[in-house]
Amino acid sequence: MKGRFNKPSIDPVAAFFTGLTGLATLFILAILGVILGYLFWRGGGQVSWHFITGGTDTDMFDASRAGIFPMIIGTAARVLLMTVFVIPVGVITAIYLTEYARSGSLLTRFIRSAVNNLAGVPSIVFGLFGVGFFISFLGGSLDSLSGSPEPHWGKPALLWASLTLAVMTVPVVIVATEEALKAIQPGLREASLALGATKLETILRIVLPNALPGILTGGILAISRAAGEVAPILFTGAAYYLRDTPKSLTDQFMDLAYHVYVLSTQSPNVELTSPILFGTVVVLLALTFGLNLIAVIVRSRIRRQMRAAH
Amino acid sequence: MPMNMTFLRITLLSLAASLSLQAVAGEITVKGSDTMVILGQKWAEAYMQKTPTTKVQVTGGGSGTGFAALQNKQTDIANASRKIRAKEIEQCIKAFSKRPREYAVAMDGLSVYVNEKNPVAALSLEEIRDIYTGKVTNWKDVGGPDAPIILYSRENSSGTYEFFKEKVLQGKDFASKAQTLAGTAQVLQAVASDANAIGYGGAAYGAGAKHIKVSETKGGDAIDPTEETVLAQKYPIWRYLFVYLNPELEKGEIKEDLDWIRSDDGQKVVKDVGYFPLPPHLRKK
Amino acid sequence: MGIRRGHQARLGEVIAEKLILAISLSTIAMVFLIFLFVGREAFPVLLGRVSSAAAQEKPLPVEAMNTLTPAQLRAYLGLSAQEFSSMDRDTIQSLMEVRIEASAEEKPSRDAELNTVAWRYLLFPFQWSDYDKPVYVWQPVSGIHKYNIMPLVVGSLKTTIVALLFAVPLSLAAAIYVSQLANPRWKEWIKPAIEMLSAVPSVVLGAFALLVLATALQSLFGYQYRLNAFLAGIALGLTCVPVIFSIAEDALTSVPRSYTQAALALGASKWAAAWQIVVPAAIPGLFAAVVLGFGRCIGETMVVLIASGNAAILSPSLIEPVRTITATIAAELGETVVGGHHYRMLFVLGTLLFIVTFLTNLAGDVVIHRLKGRLEGKK
Repeated sequence: MKGRFNKPSIDPVAAFFTGLTGLATLFILAILGVILGYLFWRGGGQVSWHFITGGTDTDMFDASRAGIFPMIIGTAARVLLMTVFVIPVGVITAIYLTEYARSGSLLTRFIRSAVNNLAGVPSIVFGLFGVGFFISFLGGSLDSLSGSPEPHWGKPALLWASLTLAVMTVPVVIVATEEALKAIQPGLREASLALGATKLETILRIVLPNALPGILTGGILAISRAAGEVAPILFTGAAYYLRDTPKSLTDQFMDLAYHVYVLSTQSPNVELTSPILFGTVVVLLALTFGLNLIAVIVRSRIRRQMRAAH
Repeated sequence: MPMNMTFLRITLLSLAASLSLQAVAGEITVKGSDTMVILGQKWAEAYMQKTPTTKVQVTGGGSGTGFAALQNKQTDIANASRKIRAKEIEQCIKAFSKRPREYAVAMDGLSVYVNEKNPVAALSLEEIRDIYTGKVTNWKDVGGPDAPIILYSRENSSGTYEFFKEKVLQGKDFASKAQTLAGTAQVLQAVASDANAIGYGGAAYGAGAKHIKVSETKGGDAIDPTEETVLAQKYPIWRYLFVYLNPELEKGEIKEDLDWIRSDDGQKVVKDVGYFPLPPHLRKK
Repeated sequence: MGIRRGHQARLGEVIAEKLILAISLSTIAMVFLIFLFVGREAFPVLLGRVSSAAAQEKPLPVEAMNTLTPAQLRAYLGLSAQEFSSMDRDTIQSLMEVRIEASAEEKPSRDAELNTVAWRYLLFPFQWSDYDKPVYVWQPVSGIHKYNIMPLVVGSLKTTIVALLFAVPLSLAAAIYVSQLANPRWKEWIKPAIEMLSAVPSVVLGAFALLVLATALQSLFGYQYRLNAFLAGIALGLTCVPVIFSIAEDALTSVPRSYTQAALALGASKWAAAWQIVVPAAIPGLFAAVVLGFGRCIGETMVVLIASGNAAILSPSLIEPVRTITATIAAELGETVVGGHHYRMLFVLGTLLFIVTFLTNLAGDVVIHRLKGRLEGKK
């Protein structure tokens, strides 16, 4: 800091770097714009009522007749089932971390560290985990317990794919819920405790209802993240072609994101199927972006509330 | 914890639901060769239209996947674009005490593709082998222009990869530089857009690249891969496509489906997706 | 609400607290289980308990089943006692026949007796028959299964380095701009907009790279291979831009405003305050952003699976196709026989990946923790 601070207010160096970093920001936004623009331009025309509600019983690879309804249902089923597992675990862990844990303790550090680590484990490793733990170990054990000669549980299935995704998205729910819990005015808790409510009662009747939007955000973000993932479900449940939507937890399923992968690498005719590919991409993007947008809006409200609270 | 209770209740309910829904009648699972997954799916579509009570579920992954699933009893029918190996038969016998039953269900000729602009029109098996093992790396060594050869191959899980390796490379390894793509259409597209590329895949696959003539030996008769030459087994790189199954399962709807696939009706579908139908004596009457 | 007091209520409290603690501990259990169950399939290879040697002992004639003792027969056929006892004569006979067929299929090779999943074949070059010099090759589906992981490790590093070279400057610059220089009213829009990039699924980015970016970059730079490490790296960079940006922006914003305000009061430009005061204070956080970006890149699967060309070459060139660790697992696992050496080798790769990302995450975590402590301490 060699006295540069005393220069006149219009500093060419400062202007240059401000421009440069601004340009970098603009560049990232432009890339996002180009990608989205291109994909919607190519795929928008394919998305029709028939495309969304049509099945795969006619022709999966004929752009004029193909429908992706089973994929939409498959994706919806796996992410909704996932929330059944991930939200309780995520929310309760977040409650522990904000309401019970002493912030400096070793245990808290370990739990936080584990959460951060879970967030960084590569998605393909979750896929391997799904195969090794859920399918081989849990599924295999269930099969040998029930004594069935054919594997009923020990094979790729909707249940295992959802559980694998649940393990993957636990950190997402924890982070969002924690943020919401911290945003609640401390006065509310104190008032409840002062009136004689126990800690548990305070959490159940005061803290959780107030944190509901945040918990919702966590769930939405988890769904959005999971809906776009392919690697964890490659070997745990996704199928190339099925005629029907999944009917039970042990069925395999077709899936939007997996369908994008299939169409971009294994389609029988690259040119003819590209409308289906881009159409599927548009539907998938509408899903992940729509959910993210909702999450962003709810979150910015929570942040405003938090600023007001503290 | 009310939340915990709800969670438990939902889990129990869904478990109960899943148990009551299992064992749906008339469901056939087909798994295996990626080369055949489109064919299998076409068969499934056509068959289900004819027999709405039967449901056919088709997944790919490669011929090896199909055999693995057959051993693990995860599939009723395994599609394969190569013959089963003795080791895989051994696993099957260990799993269900019998040799798996084998049926040829279609014929396929493998074409070697080059770019339309490439003047090379014919290669011998030996030249193709030298190109794919990395011994020959420039087109001028096989009668083409002075340009490097860009190799396109398939993922090692595909039966096409293994068949090409056995038949053309005589078991030698592919050059490491060979790029691996997941499907024949992708190989075709890559070759179509790259003047120096070479690829391989189904003979009946569409246009976009030049299918070169292949001779058994250098200077021998170079044969075009057409339906006629493949069916007559004159074109050197041809194969059967197979299905395998546990003999005990060959009854009921599975047998009906298989019989239909091997009938004249089923064989009609084969041509639609780019393979060649079985010669009449191998069909189911 | 009825307030319950006394022993019963307190017991409920205690139980609930323990339950909550137990569920929270499950996050630690998950990390542990992932390591355990991915590692479980890999350990037999790492401990040298798996052999991939192709050669078998000379097969016995079928009649030998009448002369061998049951124990010898069982050992010869590699059956467990339970399997053996449940088999009838016909089954045993067909197994004997298959053994003979298997040995007929085998191609004689001087490498047939090598256990190719031993450490030295995994890490160091070896001159296989058919090759004229020692090589690093990953050829798992082959008469002799060759599992050298170096081409894959180098492939992963190559794409990751390109991705970081592309994404780090861009994301850090954007983070500085958004957190320090931009008009606060704009900031509220720009930040979520950039983070929206993470809402693009990686499989979609991969497809975009394959169909659009590949052609654009090839015609721009005129290189030979349409799919290569460079292309995959750029696409990979796009997946880690939001990660790096987000963490870096948080780190920069967490530097107390008073630092900047002091500098501005002394007449510094906004840029000078950002560059000379805020950035140095946030350096550990920026470092963590890069480290976590690295972890994200090296573990990303779909982009590289679709857009890298997937050729396992060990070369320094960035414009040749590559095959990464993640893409190899994704492309090959579906084909392998559960419990076989190829299957286990892919779990070895997964374990390696898990350990690398675990360490980078830990490093990033520790650094961020320290930074927070330091900034809070100085407040």
